[in-house]
Amino acid sequence: MVTYIIRRLIGAVLMLVIVSMVTFSIFFVVPRIAGATSEDFASRYMGRSADAEMIAVTAEKLGFNDPIPVQYGRWISGVFVGSEFDTGATVEECPAPCFGYSFIKRQPVWPDLVDRIPVTLSLALGASVIWLLGGVATGVLSALRKGTIFDRAAMSIALAGVSLPIFFTGIVSLVIFSYGLGITAPGGSFTPFLENPVEWAYNLLLPWITLAFLSAAAYARLTRAGMLETMSEDYIRTARAKGMQESRVVVKHGLRAALTPILTIFGLDLGLLLGGAVLTESTFSLKGLGDYAVQAIVTNDLPKIMGVTMVAALFVVLASLIVDLLYAVVDPRVRLG
Amino acid sequence: MNKRSALAFAAAGAALSLGLSACGGGGSETKPADGSSAAPAAADAFNAGLEAVFNPSDKKGGVLKMAISEDWDSIDPGDTYYALSWNLVRIYGRSLVTYTPAPGAEGRKLSPDLAENLGESSDGGKTWTYKLRAGLKFEDGTPITSKDVKYAVLRSMDKETLVNGPTYFNDWLDLPKDFKSVYKTPDVNTDSAIETPDDQTIVFHLKKAYGGFDNFAALPGTIPVPKDKDTGVKYREHPVASGPYKFDKVEAGKQYTLVRNEHWDPATDPIRKALPDSYEISLGVNADDLDNRILSGDLHIDLAGSGVQPAALGRVLGDPALKARADNPTGARTWYTSIVSDVAPLDNVECRKAVIYGADRVGLQNAYGGEFAGGDIATGLMPPSIGGWKKLDLYPTGTGDVEKAKAALAACGKPDGFETIMAYRADRPKEKATAESLQQALAKVGIKLELKGYPTGDYFALYAGKPDFVKKNGIGLATNGWGADWNDGFGFMSQIVDSRTIRESGGNYNISIKDKEIDAKIDQIFTETDVAKRDALWGEIDQRVMEQAYVLPSVWSKGVLVRPLGATNVFVTGAFDMYDYLNLGVQ
Repeated sequence: MVTYIIRRLIGAVLMLVIVSMVTFSIFFVVPRIAGATSEDFASRYMGRSADAEMIAVTAEKLGFNDPIPVQYGRWISGVFVGSEFDTGATVEECPAPCFGYSFIKRQPVWPDLVDRIPVTLSLALGASVIWLLGGVATGVLSALRKGTIFDRAAMSIALAGVSLPIFFTGIVSLVIFSYGLGITAPGGSFTPFLENPVEWAYNLLLPWITLAFLSAAAYARLTRAGMLETMSEDYIRTARAKGMQESRVVVKHGLRAALTPILTIFGLDLGLLLGGAVLTESTFSLKGLGDYAVQAIVTNDLPKIMGVTMVAALFVVLASLIVDLLYAVVDPRVRLG
Repeated sequence: MNKRSALAFAAAGAALSLGLSACGGGGSETKPADGSSAAPAAADAFNAGLEAVFNPSDKKGGVLKMAISEDWDSIDPGDTYYALSWNLVRIYGRSLVTYTPAPGAEGRKLSPDLAENLGESSDGGKTWTYKLRAGLKFEDGTPITSKDVKYAVLRSMDKETLVNGPTYFNDWLDLPKDFKSVYKTPDVNTDSAIETPDDQTIVFHLKKAYGGFDNFAALPGTIPVPKDKDTGVKYREHPVASGPYKFDKVEAGKQYTLVRNEHWDPATDPIRKALPDSYEISLGVNADDLDNRILSGDLHIDLAGSGVQPAALGRVLGDPALKARADNPTGARTWYTSIVSDVAPLDNVECRKAVIYGADRVGLQNAYGGEFAGGDIATGLMPPSIGGWKKLDLYPTGTGDVEKAKAALAACGKPDGFETIMAYRADRPKEKATAESLQQALAKVGIKLELKGYPTGDYFALYAGKPDFVKKNGIGLATNGWGADWNDGFGFMSQIVDSRTIRESGGNYNISIKDKEIDAKIDQIFTETDVAKRDALWGEIDQRVMEQAYVLPSVWSKGVLVRPLGATNVFVTGAFDMYDYLNLGVQ
């Protein structure tokens, strides 16, 4: 078990290094191949009034004239030992872990990310609990009551849930429930959990439900399919023949086997969500990682995009590692050596 | 899908459309949130806020809520170049002079702010003197002196550190050669540019005369900055207030909050009412949600001031109750297509005219969103809110005049038309639509356009704004737009009609106007201290631009603004063509 975890951790680190190289290349190498010069990179960080000379000075100062490996190395070393940036008036510090320094907003990226993680975490955890419970429960019931009105209604709603985009359901539900009926919080509301847990939940209720609706649908359909398959297996018949209680048959034998694929996608979905629920956060104006990524892309703030991509990648890699470990718990056939 | 589940699906669809119609009708409530009736009902009409103050009041207290869908460059007064920011900055900073808080054209007039009077010029317009009021204080209680204004202006000129602001002071002040910046060469004597003979007096010396210097003195760059509190790029984390409000919280990309500055003395400030107890400014709010919140009364002001999103536009214009809450100001911004006068055959004025005659002017208006969200069809380069504007009527504004276009082509020696390339910003759908409209309309007269999209970020630096790129690639038409830095001829025109601003290295906003006659008129304007005469000259330049067919104007930009529920002193200022943020209050 321990060697397995160590092996996987080394793999995870390697994966992150590769992700960082690919992201770096997308933003700093590919544009060069397409013909962008160091000055073009620098002009992003200059105002409307910058002249050519000013841009050349900035390009040199920000190191865009250095060879690519040097630039990449500087980025990596920043993560471990921090960096310094000369702004003309002062020298700004970007302490380790320095995941980049935004020359547009004049601040290091990492504190921003740390500041935004609680929002994304709150959104992702709350929504995932709702969709996992709601989706799996609906799926199980649908499978057990296959062909009834409940099954058909649930599956139709599920289909609608998968099909409707969140920027639509989100805005419509805000207009109805927050501004029309006034029962939920307006867009952009967030209270940290430790400050006031009740308000925290109240503010996030609408984003949670809207986001959960989207995923619950997929989980319900998946659970239903899995349950239908396992419930027709021979060992279920055997369990029933032994005179086992029906609830035990369904939960212990049926659901447990059907859960394995659910767990896989749940882990990945949650990991992705932790990297930022881009559409949900921007629809509800929540200041999480997804919103950060959108703002960074809109303003062409490359260091921010790099930083948020790395954090998102970290979450996905971690989540898939945890899923693999959980496999052993859920499915006794899997043994980690 | 079998019958029963089809039924369930239809039911779900019906429920959803019910929800939608609920959202369509949900915002038609127009009464003020607290039921008070400070405003006469008659004032509640479309465009009522353009010429009159809506809900006038002196009631203090409350929280004024503002929001914006993105973030702007900076709240540092020396580092900002957005109209919304120049409008907002005045609640926490006081420049030497500023725009009079009044609706319509009155709002374009300047009032003294930190200074006792408007500038006094001597030396034929090369020297400008201002005297500060007595009793001015920063938020920490230290007195504001003319040296703080001087320091602020000098620091705002360091474009390496404070990259965003305008460069008017860099271009016009008579600085010594060895002065680099307040940070790099703090000991260099700069009295040749700005003198401060005593703590109340500040004297600006220009390289050449300029009669409109008061407009420079209204720039946020003259908002005083205490030297010992200046942290360079970090000053934006807490600009020191000289106005009635100071920053409480500054969270970049998330929110700003401002509270009362107890060291601001109303006796020193005849133009500010300072009504709300505090301001809450949310950043990065979803644009559609922002509109919905203003319609429902949950928010007061969309800081961007450029109008509602397409989603809310239909709702506002379609609902009489909501339309009565809307204002539709024309901004000091023109969207136009440059007709490049040194790329053959457009070097012939008749060929340039053929382009204007052939264009479908209504189609171009629709490309920008039509009458309300796009703007009025522009008949000249200069928008109507600029002093000296006069209505030009040189070309038809219909859907294209094929006969006249063909006649012009014949006069140009190209009776069968010609081919040229049209550049536009590829990631701007409105500019793409402009190019496509022009391509279709001009095909009817025999002018074949090849459309080429270029990235917005480098459009002026590397492509349309770089003369040798334009010539080498034979770009005859390039669509773009321009907004005034302030609403007078200089603030709008100087960067886009003066051929001497064109730099070979690129980054030019003047793509097509290279005319000696226009340049001569501009020189004449600089030495003219009479505003009316200056304005008239700008009007003549506008006429010359159109006579020579250097640009094909599309629209003078407009946006649909919605007046907030529960706010007082709401009106559109002619200075920024958005709601005036100086004296808003809460009911």
